[in-house]
Amino acid sequence: MSAVEASLVLPPGFEPAAGGREAEAYYLNMGPQHPSTHGVLRLVVRLDGETVLGVVPHPGYVHRGIEKMGENMTVLQYLHHTDRMDYLSSLANSLSLCLIVERALGIGVPERAEYIRVIMCELQRIASHMLWWGVFGMDLGAITTFFYGFRDHELITELFEEVCGARLTLNYFRPGGVVADVPADFVPKVQKIIEQTRRSLDEFDRLLTKNVIIQERTHGVGVLSAAVARNYGCSGAVLRASGVNYDVRKNDPYSIYDRFAFDVPLGKNGDCFDRYEVRMREMAESARILEQAVAQFPAEGAWRAKELPQYKLPAGSWFQWVEAARGAFGSFIVSDGNAKPVRIKNRSPGFSNLSVLEEIARGAKLADLVTILSTLDIVVPDIDR
Amino acid sequence: MIASLHNLSAAELAARYPATHPVGDWVRAHLGAAGAFTVNALIALALTTVFVSLTALFLVWMERKVCARFQLRLGPNRVGPFGLMQTLADGLKLFLKESFMPREADFFVYYLAPLIPITSSFMVFCVLPFDHNIQIADPQGGLVYLCAFLGMGVFGVLLAGWSSNNKYSLLGALRSGAQMIAYEISYVLCLLLIVLASGSASTRDIVLAQHGTVLDWWLFKLPGCGVLGFIIFIISSTAELHRAPFDIAEAESELTGGFHTEYSGMGFSMFFLSEYANLFVTAGLGATLFLGGFLAPQFGFGPLDHALALVPGFVWFMLKVYALIFLYMWLRWTFPRLRVDQLMALEWKFLLPVALGNLAVAAVLVTLGWLIP
Repeated sequence: MSAVEASLVLPPGFEPAAGGREAEAYYLNMGPQHPSTHGVLRLVVRLDGETVLGVVPHPGYVHRGIEKMGENMTVLQYLHHTDRMDYLSSLANSLSLCLIVERALGIGVPERAEYIRVIMCELQRIASHMLWWGVFGMDLGAITTFFYGFRDHELITELFEEVCGARLTLNYFRPGGVVADVPADFVPKVQKIIEQTRRSLDEFDRLLTKNVIIQERTHGVGVLSAAVARNYGCSGAVLRASGVNYDVRKNDPYSIYDRFAFDVPLGKNGDCFDRYEVRMREMAESARILEQAVAQFPAEGAWRAKELPQYKLPAGSWFQWVEAARGAFGSFIVSDGNAKPVRIKNRSPGFSNLSVLEEIARGAKLADLVTILSTLDIVVPDIDR
Repeated sequence: MIASLHNLSAAELAARYPATHPVGDWVRAHLGAAGAFTVNALIALALTTVFVSLTALFLVWMERKVCARFQLRLGPNRVGPFGLMQTLADGLKLFLKESFMPREADFFVYYLAPLIPITSSFMVFCVLPFDHNIQIADPQGGLVYLCAFLGMGVFGVLLAGWSSNNKYSLLGALRSGAQMIAYEISYVLCLLLIVLASGSASTRDIVLAQHGTVLDWWLFKLPGCGVLGFIIFIISSTAELHRAPFDIAEAESELTGGFHTEYSGMGFSMFFLSEYANLFVTAGLGATLFLGGFLAPQFGFGPLDHALALVPGFVWFMLKVYALIFLYMWLRWTFPRLRVDQLMALEWKFLLPVALGNLAVAAVLVTLGWLIP
């Protein structure tokens, strides 16, 4: 048997049943290099013509063993690895770890640092959703949206660069506060971003949301019922688009989120359009939080509690989750009292959100699969870790 | 009082717009009939080759510039003035690249496929009236000839998809085949609308039939039907050209490269060249059928009309063509892509009935003579 023939033989259990339409089905390998798998995700799709009969995601192409690495370093050393999971919500990820250390060691966070954290996290949520919006348009064939999304993403990234020197993997939060104070013109710049975000959201609505092709391609596509979403542990906009009202910021408040008035946007049908709209409305809600946070922002004060020589967690286990841009991101640490934790586990929203793909993509067209994958908004390093 | 340019008889039109070019006349006068036939054909061949190549190069540059402006970018601006040499550099790069063929692909068909679309684009150029005396051939059934060769391009796509031995290519080719068959119908119905109104299928006669003011262009002359026909023409020709929002055959976010996924080097550049040559041809056809082709726009205002008529017809033709090309680019860089089934539904359930109804209404209007005076 030649190498080509051998590659055509399917593993046991994968052979389609003989006879009927099932026998007509064929396999299509999407990825790990594919324009719309957003990184190195591999999907094995079983197709009947253009109709998806089944899809199996094969993650693991960027698995770095981050959690295992965490067992060989101190919590503070591990902190910057959280940036490298979901790099589009690196701040929220590291916040979950900081909150654990603060709770375990009883470190208080200065008022100003709390506000800096909330502002930065919400800015990053907007930046992440802006980028998602641009890529979503591109997945549906409107390449122009990509550049508009990036235009606003860039504004926020520039501010991040000014605040902490980094643009993507920020490594800005520390147990007890943040690593450095914000620049003097931080507040006016955030206000400018709030205005720009609101302008852009109107513009995006005119360019894409109200477009008849977008409406046709997203309504009723990839319907995710509330029950399935709960069973698979979906979170973030994917869960809320199905009508489940769960936002960690509201339901399990952390930091100072209880001080701000904001709504949790919910969808009705759980289709691609609902997921789209929930994210668009979330950006507006983030702008609302930013507005309040900027108004209450303490003009001066410490940005970090007194540093400790070593952040050694007492024996026991801790869990803290936060609402990252893609959903609930959690950190779980088991410590035996030494500097290095015994076990670290991260709960990433992308993994659960991707798991639901086969449930909702079955029966859709190949083009819908791309739409569904795009509205699940996955970041592959977050799934692989 | 300056005499009106409008409402000329057929003989007067022929006298005003002579069909023969001075160069061709000179060759005919100095060589025998057989010699002139050969020399003129060679001149036409050389001119077409140069023109198609330069047009395709320019259109690629223009597309990149236009799309860059839509996307808050500058576009190519390093190689040559305004980046004009960029496509030349890219073309040279493609020329030097290895022509790759996947294992198990069909050698003969795989390398034949890229030649078919580019051949058909060249053939179609022959009947485009660039000016009253710049047209390679003016057969009486010009539009029939044109439809035949425009439709031939899809064979290249189908063969490329089939012979590549790649599922993405095959999917792209099948989509393209279904799409072309569907949209060809409303496309041809639009052509038929103009044939009906002009009483001729010769592209030159169609243009001359629109002689007069701007209101004599078929876009306006057929009340309502002209505009509707033009819109259907734009939609169906965008689909014929595989341009967004109907680019499902390439659909890079779904099928990576669609039917030309496996092509590299010259194979790819042939597809690319024919895509842009076809863009020019289709826009040229739109200008010929609906916008008066090489005729200068006249507004029924003496001095202005005479000033506009001084500009050569070739320039007017190019201006109209590039206006339409810009419209196609505008559409491409604004809209998302339709799904395959939606694309089919749009044609069979909407465009086709509308185009048929439009043709029927236009037939009644033409018969009764209810045209814009």
